[in-house]
Amino acid sequence: MTIRITKSQTGKSLLNQIREMSGIDLAVCYQCKKCSCGCTVSGHVQSPPSELIRRLQLGAGDELLTSDLIWTCVSCETCFARCPMGIDMVSVMDALRALAIKKKAVIPEGNIPLFNNAFLKTVEIFGRTYDLALMTAYKIGTSSYMRDTDKLPIIMQKKKIALLPSLGANRRTVRRIFRKIRQNKGRLS
Amino acid sequence: MKYAYYPGCSAESSARDQHSSSIAVARALGIDFIEIKGWSCCGSTPGHQTDRVLAASLSVANLILAKDMGLDIVVNCAACYNRLKTANYEVKNHPEIRKKVKNAIGRDYDGSVEIKHMMEVLLEDYGKESLQNAFTYSLNGLRVASYYGCLLVRPQEITNFDDPENPQSMDNLIRAMGGESLDWPYKVECCGNSLSLTTRSDLVVSFSDSIIGMAKAVEAECIAVACPLCQVNLDLRQMDIKRQTGKQYDMPILYITQLMGLCLGLSRKELGLEKLVVSPSPVVKAIAATVL
Repeated sequence: MTIRITKSQTGKSLLNQIREMSGIDLAVCYQCKKCSCGCTVSGHVQSPPSELIRRLQLGAGDELLTSDLIWTCVSCETCFARCPMGIDMVSVMDALRALAIKKKAVIPEGNIPLFNNAFLKTVEIFGRTYDLALMTAYKIGTSSYMRDTDKLPIIMQKKKIALLPSLGANRRTVRRIFRKIRQNKGRLS
Repeated sequence: MKYAYYPGCSAESSARDQHSSSIAVARALGIDFIEIKGWSCCGSTPGHQTDRVLAASLSVANLILAKDMGLDIVVNCAACYNRLKTANYEVKNHPEIRKKVKNAIGRDYDGSVEIKHMMEVLLEDYGKESLQNAFTYSLNGLRVASYYGCLLVRPQEITNFDDPENPQSMDNLIRAMGGESLDWPYKVECCGNSLSLTTRSDLVVSFSDSIIGMAKAVEAECIAVACPLCQVNLDLRQMDIKRQTGKQYDMPILYITQLMGLCLGLSRKELGLEKLVVSPSPVVKAIAATVL
C-alpha cells in the first residue's frame, strides 16, 4: 500500500504532541499490522490503526484528526493486547480524540463528544450516571429522537432504566474533582 | 471473607439483576459484601476519552473510600473493574499523574487497594472445591458459551485477569456447576457496545450477530456473561438482528452469577431473571430438574 502524506498542511507533525500527551513512542512500531488484523472495527473504517501509526511516523499533521477510526474505535484494547512492542494504542486514540476536539477537527456523524459531555455532566451533578437525563440530552443534541425507540417499551417493562437519579454518592468530592480539572485546564467542556 | 463492594452505576439501572444476583450468591456462600458508602461513578469510557487525570481521579475517589474501610474491593461490572485497575496502575507508575490526582481530590493515594472481580473472589478466594460442595443443583451438561468481552481481560498489564486470548475463569465456574463449557473462538471479541447510541449502531448489530451466531454454531444453549454492557447488548439486540437479517436466535444471555444462583437454589426473583429480555426458561427448567 502506498501512503501519501501532504506534510505542509499545518507544518507541524502530531507525533510529538501525542508522545507528550500519552507518553507513548510510536517510533518503535515496525508495521507488523497485528493491531489492524485484530481490530474490532478495522473492516468498517478507511484507515486501520497500523496505517494511522505509519502516517504519524511519516509526519502527518492536523489533517489526520478527521480520520474516521478516531470516533469509530470502541476502545476494546485488542490492539494493545496483541502489539509485540507493547504500544498502548488505546492511550494514543484518547490523545487523538482530545486533539480532534481541541483543534475543532470535523467530528464524524454520531457525535461521541456530545455523548461524553452529557455523560460527564450527569456524573458532575449527581456523582453517578443518570441514564434518563443522559439519553434525553443526547437525543436532543443529535436530533435522533426515533433511533432505538422500538426498544423503549421493553426497557420500561423490564425496568432496565432508573427513572430517578441516585443520590447516594459523595457529591462533594466529585464536584471538587471537576472543579480542579477545569482550573488546571483539563480537557473538560 | 469480607470485601468493600463497589456496585457501579449500572447496578442501579440496566444491571440491577447482576447486582442482586451477586449479592444473593455472596450471601448464600457466607461472603460478606459491604457496599462502599458514598461510592461514585468510575468515569467509564467518557472519562478516559476526555481527560486522563479526570478519569484517574474519579476512580481513585472510590479507592480511597475502600482504603478507609481497610478492605479489598470486589466489583461486578467489567468496565468499572477496568477503570479502577487502570487508576491504580496510573498512580503507581506515573508520579506526575499521582500528584495531579492528589490535587484534584485533596488526598494522596498510593495505589494499594486490591481490586478483584466477582469471579476472582469466587475462584481464588472462596475456591472451586468449596463452590462445588455448595451447589445443590447442577447445570447437568448444559452447553454454555462463556463470553468475557474486552474489558476484563485487556490490557493484561493492567487488569492481570486470566489469559487475554483464551481465559478460563468463567469456564471453570461452568464446569464447577456441572455444565459443559464450550470451546469457541469469540469469547474475547468485542460486542461494540460503545457505538450503541451513535449512527454506527449498525455495527453493534452486526458484531452481536456474529457473536451469538458463533455461539449457536457450536450449539450453545445459553451464553454466560460478566459485563452489564455485553449483557444488555447481546440480549436486547436480538430483536434488531431478527429485523435486519431475519435470524431468530432466542439465545438466553445470563450473568454468570444468575447461573450460580440457580445452582445454589436461589429464587428467580432474587436473581432478577424477570429482567432478561430473551426468556431463560429452558435453562431454568433444565437446572430445576437436577436436585443433587
